[in-house]
Order: sequence, then C-alpha cells, then structure tokens
Amino acid sequence: MTYNNKLTNVAVLGAAGKMGSGIVLLTAIEMANLRIAGGKDPGEASLHAIDISPAALSGLMKYLRTQVLKSAEKMTVQLRKWYAANPNLIENEEVINQYVNDVLSVVKPTTRMEAAYEAHVVFEAVSENPDLKVKLFSNIYQNNPNKPWFLTNTSSIPIGEINEKAGLNGNIIGLHFYNPPAVQKLMEIIPPKDVNPELTDFANQLAKNLKKIIVLSNDVAGFIGNGFFMRDILFAVLETQKLAEKMPLTEAICTLDKISRDYLIRPMGIFQLSDYVGVDVCLFIMSVMDKRLNETLQCQLFEQFMEQGIKGGQFADGSQKDGIFRYEKGRITDVYDLGSKKYIDIEAVAEKVDTFLGTMPASWQPWKNAIKNRSREGMLQQYFNELKQMETPGAELAKAYARKANEIGQQLVADGVAHKTEDVNTVMMTGFFHAYGPVNDYL
Amino acid sequence: MIICKKLRTMNKLRKRVFLTAGYNTVSMGTGRKEFNPKKQMPGLEHYMKEAGQASIAAVGGAQNIDECVVGNFMSARFNKQAHLGAFMPMIDEGLRYKPAVSVEGACASGGLALLTGIRSILAETADMALVIGVEVQNTVKAIYGADVLAGAGWYPKRKNGHAYFFPGQFSNRAGAYFEKYGRDYARKGFARWFRNAIENARLCPTAQEYENKVEDLEKLAFTEPMPAVFTDYLNVFDCSKVSDGASSIVVASEEGLKKAGIPLSEAVEITGWGQAEEDITQEPDDPTRLSTMAESVKQALSSANITINDLATIELHDCFTVAGILAMEAIGFAKQGEGARFVAEGHTARDGKIPVNTTGGLIGWGHPTGATGVHMAVTIWEQLTGKAGKAQIAIPADRPYGLTVNMGGDDKSLVALVYRKA
Repeated sequence: MTYNNKLTNVAVLGAAGKMGSGIVLLTAIEMANLRIAGGKDPGEASLHAIDISPAALSGLMKYLRTQVLKSAEKMTVQLRKWYAANPNLIENEEVINQYVNDVLSVVKPTTRMEAAYEAHVVFEAVSENPDLKVKLFSNIYQNNPNKPWFLTNTSSIPIGEINEKAGLNGNIIGLHFYNPPAVQKLMEIIPPKDVNPELTDFANQLAKNLKKIIVLSNDVAGFIGNGFFMRDILFAVLETQKLAEKMPLTEAICTLDKISRDYLIRPMGIFQLSDYVGVDVCLFIMSVMDKRLNETLQCQLFEQFMEQGIKGGQFADGSQKDGIFRYEKGRITDVYDLGSKKYIDIEAVAEKVDTFLGTMPASWQPWKNAIKNRSREGMLQQYFNELKQMETPGAELAKAYARKANEIGQQLVADGVAHKTEDVNTVMMTGFFHAYGPVNDYL
Repeated sequence: MIICKKLRTMNKLRKRVFLTAGYNTVSMGTGRKEFNPKKQMPGLEHYMKEAGQASIAAVGGAQNIDECVVGNFMSARFNKQAHLGAFMPMIDEGLRYKPAVSVEGACASGGLALLTGIRSILAETADMALVIGVEVQNTVKAIYGADVLAGAGWYPKRKNGHAYFFPGQFSNRAGAYFEKYGRDYARKGFARWFRNAIENARLCPTAQEYENKVEDLEKLAFTEPMPAVFTDYLNVFDCSKVSDGASSIVVASEEGLKKAGIPLSEAVEITGWGQAEEDITQEPDDPTRLSTMAESVKQALSSANITINDLATIELHDCFTVAGILAMEAIGFAKQGEGARFVAEGHTARDGKIPVNTTGGLIGWGHPTGATGVHMAVTIWEQLTGKAGKAQIAIPADRPYGLTVNMGGDDKSLVALVYRKA
C-alpha cells in the first residue's frame, strides 16, 4: 500500500492533548495536501481524532481552524496553483477559506475508540503509561481488519516491549514529536527490532514531508531526548542536595537553575524545564527508565514535591502551572519551600544566589542573544575559555555541570542509544533549543 | 498628430494655479517603531484630521477653503467605509455645507484629487481647494491586502494572477526586462534604487523607513527572489511599503493666496499637467515600457513648455524598483534598456544628475495608496520652497522645475504635474 493510500484513513489517540493536537494538525494538513495537489476531494480521507473528552475535542477543532488558517496564509502562492481549476475561487481569501474547510473536512472528532478499527495508520499520544498503550494497541490490532501501523509518540517506553506485549508483529515504530509538534523541527524515529521495513519507510517519508529534522534513536528506554534530560536532572538534583547542606534548599534549587540556564546559556533552567514538562511526567519517565535499565534513575527530591502536590505541567492554553517555581506570564516569581510548604518570593533568594555565585564571565550573553549571534561558535569558545580561568563558586559549578553534560552525551553513544554524538547534539539543539551541543571541546 | 496638438492646447493653463500649505502625516506600517498590527491602530478619521487640520491652519482657517477633494483608493474594502467627502466637516466645522468630493483612480487617486482641485481653480468655482489623500491599509494582513489592491487591475484577470497580484504584474515586467537586457544588469539598478530610497528616507522623520539601520543596503536588495512564497523576479525589497497615512495640500488661485494673506514665496505654481488613461482590460503592448506614463509626462512637459533638462527633482511612482527604472526611461532620462545603468551609476541619487524621490518615494517613505499622489506634490512643494529639512536638496537657478508622476494600476491611470517656485 502506498504512502498516499495509507494516509486515507488515520486515527490519532489522545488527539486533544498538547502533543495529540499538534499531530492531528500536521497529519490532517499532510492528508489534505496529498489530495488537493492531486486534484482530488480531501473529504475522501478521514482522520479520526479520538479523545475521551468531548470538551477537549471541541477545543481541538478551534485550535485546528486557527492553525490551518495561519498555515494557509503562508502558502497562498501554492494554494492558488492547487485550486487553479476551480473557477469560483478567485481572491486569496476565498482560496484560503476553501483550504481551511478542506483540511478540517478530513478531521472527524470522536470519543469512540472504535473509530480506529477502520484506520490504516494509528498515531498515539496518550499518557506515558505502558499498560494503557499496550491495552489500546492490542485491542485495535485485534479488531481492525487492516493490520494497521502504529506510530507511538512515547518518549521513553521501549517500542519493542510494546510490540511484543500487544502482539503487533513489528507494525509499530516510535515517532517522537517534540512539544509543540507544529513548531518543533526535531523528530526522533525509533524503529524497534523486527520492525516492518515498510513502516520505517513510511515514517521517514512522513517526517520528510513534514520538513522535520530526523534523528534515528535506538530502542532503549528514554531514547536520546529523555535519556539525556533525565540524567541531566538527576545530576542537578545531586548537586542541589550537596549545596543544601550549607544553604537553604530553596537557594540551592535556584542556584542550580541559574547555573543550568545562565552559566550554560540554555533557554530554561533545569528545574524550570522540569516544571514545563511536569514534575510528575519526569518522575514517570524516570521510573520507566529505572525499571528497564541497569542504572538507578530515581529522584527523591521530586517525589517530595509530588507528595506535597507540586506537579508543574501546563494548562490547556499552554500557560505554565505552578510547580517547583511559580510563574507570572512565563517569568519566575516564587520558589516552593518544602519545609514551610509555601511559595516564597524569588527576589530575595535570587540575590543571595547571585552573591554566592560571584561575577559571571565578561563575555557572557543570555541564551536569547547567543542563538541570534552570527559568530556563535567564537563567542561560545571565548566564554568557556573565560569560564575555565575563573574559580568562583559559579564558575566551578558551571564547569562541573558542562563536563557532566558532555559525559552524559558520550555515554548515550557508548550505551548504544544514539548512533553518534552528533545525534545527541542535534537532539539537544533542535529539541531542547540549546545554543550548542553537550558533546563539545569548549572546556 | 491632430490629437497631440489638441491635447497640447487643452493642457494649456488658462489661469495661474498654486499649491501651498502641504502636510504629510507619518507613513505608518512595518518599519515604524510605533506600529503594532496587533493593537488598534489609528483609522481614516485620525489621518484625515491630522493632515487636513494642519493645511487649514496654514491657510488661516476653513473660511478660506471653498471646497474639498479627497483622494482615496479602497477605504470601502480596507476600512468598510466609503463616502469620504462627508468627513470634511468633521475635520473642521467651517467646512460644513461646503462642496466636497471623493475621487478614485487606484494608486493615482491622489494625483486625480489634485487635478480635480486644479480644475476647480481653472473653472473659477473655487479660489482655494483643500486636497487630502488618505489610505489606511494595515487593517488586514498583506495576503488579504493583495486582494484589495488587485482591484486596480481588471477583475477577470485576478483568477490567473499571482497571490500578490501587483507584485506579480511587475515581476512579469521585471522578467521581461531581465530577458531583454540581462538579469544581473537589471538587478544592479534595482539594488541602487532601493539603497537610494532608504538613504533618502533616513532624512525624513515621517518616512516609514526613517529608522532603517541596515548597513549594506545593496547587498540586502540582492536577496534572491523566492517564487515559492512570493514572486518569480522580485523580492520584498523591490516593493513599496504597505502604509497608513494622509497628505494634504491647498490648491489656490492668485486671488485665493491673496485673500488668505499667503506670500508667493510660500507657494509653488503648477506650470503644466498631463493625464492619460489606458484600457484596463488590455495587456501592455511592451512589458518593458511604461507607455502611458511616457505619454502623460510628454503632455505635462509640453504643457509647461520645458524639457527634462529644466528639472531639478522628480517624485515618481516607484511602486516597485522595476517601475522606478522603467519610469526613468519613460520620462526620457535613459534610452530603453539603459535605465538600470542610469540608476546604478547614481544619477538618480540625491547628489546625482537628477535627484529622484528625495524623501524615499514609495519604497522608502511609504505608499498609502490613495495619498501617494498628494504626498508627491507636498514633497516637491517642500523642496522648491526650502522646507524639506534634512532632506533638502539644492534647486539650481537654471533648472527650477519639479515633476511628479503618479500611476494607477499597471500603467493605466497617469497624472504628471510640473511645478516651479512661485
């Protein structure tokens, strides 16, 4: 069955979630484009957007309309060519509106899982729960006469394990979109052992058509992205706990957050990023990895936060929920104090942290400037050279952190998770927006 | 031949006509710091008021104004507002119950408004006419604005036209020019045109590109066109700006100036005019020529009884760089195919043989479509009366004339006017 034919009947599980809605958007556009470009009615194709929440599904449809409209406005030159044969579509506005309607006509929102029984391809973006995924997949596979292909967005669970438990005969592949899928360029593709080679071709074709940067990961729990991220968290937590022996925990947390954000020139500090992803999600991923790898991946500190109901994560509109930090319009305002079970104002804490860390290297630039810097390589080299010469507590912590990041990156290759260190760097730079790859010679 | 003779007689001014009290609002849009399309931006009323009130004050009050003319292209679509003549009493209560009219001829609307005012003076139905050009285009995204502006072409051609209709039309002209005379050769001219436009705009605080800080402008202008998202032969730097703004000026008879107590030194005289119309349903005979423009300029120069050698400066309709190059050929400064070289060699720069668009033109100052023809007249008035501030150029005593060339559509409606310090 050809790529086009496969994309005639598709299901997305967990369609109204953050990742699901992005996958629905990109896939529906791809399905519609294939038909419109070939002069066919896009209504012939169906994307079953399956989710348990009717309210979330109606939110999904609104999101899709806005996003498809934006996309159409950017591709109007192309759209006018595709719709050239329709004499009624004359102005850009008419062409754009037709396109939005055509793409939306592909999407069939439903709360009924049975809709997936007729799909040829099933995308999955439900919560990161191995048992749930296995249950859903085996159910669909048994009831669907098409022997459908599964593309799971899991970011940690080994695909081979799901394949085996759900009895999918290699008809599953990991297609790990980054958040938000419509914006993020990175896609990790994880073919399990014994994967159906046609499915691998399909996944690669899809990623290419969606103009994604493809990184091939091996099927090891956590893959490259979370393989790096989780160990990065655990290192930061270890350092935090060491510091907490001589300063309040809140200060230690802010110190490591600042080291990882400012000193390492990253878009977010490690604890802010944990909030962004969700403390609960981080713990879940760690437990998935912990159970499957010959390595202890547990985080007591995060468990303490969870015990006090501190989870982080995001609201449906993408805004940040309170977590280790509290936020106002994306800016950190407070840090949570496990001792008093209260948030305390960040300013006083930050001041102490700054005094403790000492001055920053003179050539330092915030991440926002660094990524725009045209001679970024030279700028970073100079910055790390300066850092190397310094002996302030800030410089020492930053150097240790950067060296650990380098080590984690190299270990991923040594462990056979990544094929090469460039892949680790690509994932961190495109998926996590780092200004440079962790495996480098700066220090 | 007979037609030409007739035109020449008819273009003869039977009465002295002056312009005074010019005013330009800021040309608002991308490039201006205060521009934010996500916020509610000032509308038609704001710009008409600002410009109109400034001109009225400069002629001593609305009691001196006998009638008003508004030039506007597409407020009916950009702002869902037609009937602009009736906004004149809003500008000043003194204009209540006085005649006002709105005229439209695509991007030549401003020039046509001026000519309408001039005709009132010639017909002696007014001694002073307030002429305002206005357009507020940033109410819609550029991709929808392209639909609105496409109204300057023939609607049955819209279907097969480019998403960005007019950039597409002039891209085709550029493509034809490339084929005939060479792509690199032509693009050198385009690049210099862009550089001149921005450098001049930096001297004029109302210009949309006033704060442009790009160092190597010609390098930027050489950015490769991107046919997948824009046109085949032009890039965005070859295009005029999408602008909101108004310009106003007062057309007056000698008596009118006297009544208002305005000395001749504050005025310029219209010494010649040309107006030409071409069939909107037809393709140009030769895409590498602006023949209607050439005809209108010929009329204007002949009616003023001067040649291009008498011109000190020109404001011309560079809706696209290629239009600027073709205009230099149409006006007669360069032979066909040699316009790009003439421009590339710097002859149209502010210190060149013939300074063109001294405050940036449509590419640098901005292009609030219906206001542009009036903006050109205001700029020439400023230059000839020494009011151009940092953008001021020297006006040689032996060539004291200014010329404006305002174009509607793809070489379809043309207004050319010749000016001299009164």
